[in-house]
Amino acid sequence: MPDIQTQGTEEVHPDVLLVNRAREGDVQAFEKLVKQYDRQVFRIAQHITQNREDAEDVVQDAFLKAYEKLDQFQGNSKFYTWLVRIAVNESLMRLRKRRTGRMVSIDEDVETDEGSMPRDLADWGPDPEMQYGQSELADILRKTIQGLPPGFRTVFVLRDVEGLSTEETAETLGLSVPAVKSRLLRARLQLRERLSRYFRKNKRDGAK
Amino acid sequence: MTCTEFIAQLDDLLEERVSITLRADLEEHLRGCEHCVITMNTTRKTIEIYRSHELYELPNALRERLQKAILAKCKKC
Ligand SMILES: [Zn+2]
Repeated sequence: MPDIQTQGTEEVHPDVLLVNRAREGDVQAFEKLVKQYDRQVFRIAQHITQNREDAEDVVQDAFLKAYEKLDQFQGNSKFYTWLVRIAVNESLMRLRKRRTGRMVSIDEDVETDEGSMPRDLADWGPDPEMQYGQSELADILRKTIQGLPPGFRTVFVLRDVEGLSTEETAETLGLSVPAVKSRLLRARLQLRERLSRYFRKNKRDGAK
Repeated sequence: MTCTEFIAQLDDLLEERVSITLRADLEEHLRGCEHCVITMNTTRKTIEIYRSHELYELPNALRERLQKAILAKCKKC
């Protein structure tokens, strides 16, 4: 059976053109890619490592690694997901370094005390986030997501914050599609449960 | 349909990836179950809030540092 040629029939992603130019030595083309994705990479690194210094190092190392390995990039996946995979691996490495002795794994299925069934069933107000000032709200959101196991918050960030598809998230993390789906559901429900303490209509015995 | 069965389909429902027949079953459950209505709405809101708030701002100094490091690696510059 002949090899199936996909290139040429599909439209070439603009990133691939930039990658090709960068491979030929055009450093500005690579800088364009950096500008395009540095904020996302930083966000992902922050969410995984939960440490500013580590996140900054991850951004630097991930882009440098991508630059050095540009020849290994294959046009059949997106440059962005390829880059994210490098950044996720760098982030996990740093997280492990800081938590020596504690297992940090993405593929390990974490069982937490919190089940998947919602317990806090109070409704939220129409714009619950409006009860808080911008920086207070940001603190709440950071603190809340920090409490999730690394494997859960990584899936949530890639899927829901960065907008990767389930398949892309699975490919990036080396997980199966069902594993991504089950983590995403639990991550969403746990975040919801925790945010409920702050956002529920009757906060009398809420936020602690 | 039980609440557990409903919750298992929640993600697909939020992303509108359920078949017409399943959707009808889910909606039927929602009509009789306030708890699942709340869970669905507050989960949707959770995602929306995280998506719309920038929690970590990229430091400018990092951009500059990175640019210098890349230029240093560039063989043809
Ligand atoms: Zn129900």
